[in-house]
Amino acid sequence: MIIGSIVNGIVIDHIPAGRGMELYKLMKLNELKCEIALIENAKSEKLGKKDILKIGEMLPFDYSILGYVDSRITINFIENGKRVRKEHPSMPEILSDIIKCKNPRCITTTEQELPHKFRLSDRESLSYRCVYCESKAQSN
Amino acid sequence: MRHLIDISDLTRDETNELIETASDIIVNPDNYTNKCSRKKIATLFYEPSTRTRLSFESAMLDLGGSVIGFSSAQYSSVSKGESVADTVRTVSCFADIIAIRHPKEGAALVAAMNSPVPVINAGDGGHNHPTQTLTDLLTIVREKGRLTDLTIGCCGDLKFGRTVHSLITAMARYSGVRFVLISPDELVIPEYLRNGVLKRENIPYVETRSLDESIAELDILYMTRVQKERFFNEADYVRLKDSYILTPDKLAHAKSDMRILHPLPRVNEISTAIDYDPRAAYFRQVRYGKFIRMALILKLLEEAEE
Repeated sequence: MIIGSIVNGIVIDHIPAGRGMELYKLMKLNELKCEIALIENAKSEKLGKKDILKIGEMLPFDYSILGYVDSRITINFIENGKRVRKEHPSMPEILSDIIKCKNPRCITTTEQELPHKFRLSDRESLSYRCVYCESKAQSN
Repeated sequence: MRHLIDISDLTRDETNELIETASDIIVNPDNYTNKCSRKKIATLFYEPSTRTRLSFESAMLDLGGSVIGFSSAQYSSVSKGESVADTVRTVSCFADIIAIRHPKEGAALVAAMNSPVPVINAGDGGHNHPTQTLTDLLTIVREKGRLTDLTIGCCGDLKFGRTVHSLITAMARYSGVRFVLISPDELVIPEYLRNGVLKRENIPYVETRSLDESIAELDILYMTRVQKERFFNEADYVRLKDSYILTPDKLAHAKSDMRILHPLPRVNEISTAIDYDPRAAYFRQVRYGKFIRMALILKLLEEAEE
């Protein structure tokens, strides 16, 4: 399979295999007009298998939320065909409207306009808790 | 603006100060009768409550203040679909302080986020009920004379029982406290409490299924109701509700100065034959609840004025 290199944009590498689409949705990439490629199950020395996202545009985006998916992810910023910066996202302290609280007793289930906010509760176990009801976050 | 949403919003020193103020109110009630004159508390109760609402209202009246509010969501604009945020913004135009009870977890925090006056969480679903915990602490001090060096038994629904969770969190801040956690397998304390409080703070504790075998070593027995409204499945509720009932036979093995606490309402987990035993502190506990709420209202209003 051949997918061309991008000239200006972002390559998100080392996404754990199977989670590329989650990241695609998280970043709302379906709303963009530029070229986007999602490569699933690519070979990886580090991970065995990985997903890769190539986005043909520099996005004004808070990449720290990618740390919620996996802090091993690599974000490569490409300008004029060359990588100008490489970042590993850290775990964000707060996730706002990224995931939804699934506790049926949470106030967010009845107050529809409330933002769904989660706070990093344990860096070691990578767990987040709802700021309102303190339920542990579950993947959407 | 200072609010009380979770018991951990108060430091140990602040908790001790509230207990001292409440104790002074008990001894010198006349000194407090006009402390809140011209002040109003709004009690916003979205679900039924006897003790907590009346306790807040009595507390404010005994401080010389007055009371507005509603005792059921059906009698407020909530029935028209008004949000907690809008209700609180409206009510804060009339009241100096708000006590809110709501069936949804986190509702009191949402109220606080939108209120220019102090908000007290009077219970948000199965989540937090900090003034019950303050009541429990005052009761222990009044009945046992201390908050340190106690063996505290918590019995019944330790999984859904929010009062037990808050009590463990609050008592973990005092030295020499040991817990005996008595519950059926289905209703043991949640993992976050076992790992996040007891193990992390090195608090000695044992988990047991038997009230009979553990009652003799307790200084405090904190009984809880197996609450129907916390179950999704009625069959589970029926199966577990009678698991741990305190009877005169069981109590015969307890220390003569042990004290029995219960957040109430009771269903059948404490036999009424025990009610007149001097160890039964649960109705005195209700009375202490008013005094600690008086102390809390005073503190939050004073801080709001500053």
